[in-house]
Amino acid sequence: MDENLNLDQHTSQKYNQELETVRAEVLAMGGLVEGQCRKALKALVKGRAELAEEVASSDYKVNEMEVSINAKCTDILALRQPAASDLRVVVAIIRMAADLERIGDEAEKIGRLAQTLAEGRNGSSYRSDPKHLGKSVLDILNGALDAFARLDVEAAIETAAMDPDIDAEFESLTRLLITRMMEKPASVKNLLRVNWCARSLERIGDHAVNICEEVIFLVKGSDVRHLSLKEIQDRFLQPTA
Amino acid sequence: MEGSEKMTALEPTTYGAVPEEAAGLDIHDHTDVSDYKTIGSPFVDNPKMSARNVNVYYADKHAIMDVSLDIGENEVIAMIGPSGCGKSTFLRSLNRMNDIIPICRVDGDIKLDGEDIYGTGQDTVLLRARVGMVFQKPNPFPKSIYENVAYGPKIHGLAHNKAEMDEIVEQSLRRASLWDEVKDVLDKPGTGLSGGQQQRLCIARAIAVSPEVILMDEPCSALDPIATARIEELIDELKERFTIAIVTHSMQQAARVSQRTAYFHLGKLIEVGETKQIFTMPSHELTENYITGRFG
Repeated sequence: MDENLNLDQHTSQKYNQELETVRAEVLAMGGLVEGQCRKALKALVKGRAELAEEVASSDYKVNEMEVSINAKCTDILALRQPAASDLRVVVAIIRMAADLERIGDEAEKIGRLAQTLAEGRNGSSYRSDPKHLGKSVLDILNGALDAFARLDVEAAIETAAMDPDIDAEFESLTRLLITRMMEKPASVKNLLRVNWCARSLERIGDHAVNICEEVIFLVKGSDVRHLSLKEIQDRFLQPTA
Repeated sequence: MEGSEKMTALEPTTYGAVPEEAAGLDIHDHTDVSDYKTIGSPFVDNPKMSARNVNVYYADKHAIMDVSLDIGENEVIAMIGPSGCGKSTFLRSLNRMNDIIPICRVDGDIKLDGEDIYGTGQDTVLLRARVGMVFQKPNPFPKSIYENVAYGPKIHGLAHNKAEMDEIVEQSLRRASLWDEVKDVLDKPGTGLSGGQQQRLCIARAIAVSPEVILMDEPCSALDPIATARIEELIDELKERFTIAIVTHSMQQAARVSQRTAYFHLGKLIEVGETKQIFTMPSHELTENYITGRFG
């Protein structure tokens, strides 16, 4: 039962359809947001102003999806009074849509900063600094969305475990940027922009962790949002023999 | 057919509709539950009533299989499950209401305050005064409102004079939140009240004999949402004084009024636990399927 939520097994076919529709929509939203992040990162490191502009100006699509998903979830709550796993699906989807919307906002911020960096002078030498951090963040986001699509608790925990590395990488990137600022005070403005991009990437990682926690809540019924990674691992991962 | 004559004894009576299991309705569910053990903890620290290894048969039909369950003092316990699962049968065995169904046989122990209610020398009239019952369809006597409530105290000799009886009637009607609506028409027939008022009159009649336990068999299924809300509100107040076991088809109602919920399926007690846990994270697949509206 844990591994399979049987969303299509209700006596009411219409209810099956409503749950499936909202689940499909949140997966589509995840795909859209992931694409936004990928484009934003590419625009940043490759200095592509037109791509950056495209990312910055299409966040409204993500916002619209959040509103639409919330409306559908509200309807299900009002009309179906879901219980047990169905209730957890709806609650988890509402929370996930909020996280995805925030990720969209961060991608938009990166897009705007990338546009400024690409259009300005002297940006090329350091805008590729966050490349590796960006790749790690795309990986954690992809892992979180994948764990949700497959309702895979183990994958969710493994994915969440990537976040401390991302935080460490952000810290060291900040140190690198500070060094560059000291070396070249004239580029402080641009370097700050790069650091804000890195900060947004780090935040995207945090939202991806939230999504992993929603997967655990959805499948296991426990709210793990304020537990440490170690506690989560101890509670839900079977020790391998 | 031999059985048909017996069946006539199972017509709905003033004691409410007979349980589906007793009426021999075809249950289109062939899940094999014979090996299932109850999940959760059926026992509490302060049981008012305790049932152990209860089996109920209607002629050859095994309607309740080896059910053990405590009903805690001053708690509201809800019994839910699909039609024919045995929840009403179990409820009725708690005050020997099944005795009126001739083909019914009850095995096992059911105790009220540690005393076997099926023991020899048990007076069912006294038992039903201690364990009262409210049925699905409001069934006031064709008498005045006053007499409906006064009937029980009268036959049990609970009042010594008119003033004492007036006191009992008023207090019972107040506890059933009906007093303000009927205090000026106490001599009017109880059957002239609205459905919701009639049901509250039946609750007043049940509590007039100061029972310890009140069994409710789908008490709101014939009522509109506002009357239902008033009864639910009332159940919440009544649990301060009484122990309540309620059978309901409305899952939302079970979730709203009870502290513990027991899920029955095909005569077995499948799962029992805190109501919150049952409705957010049930442990058994059958419970999950039932409360989320999936086919079994």
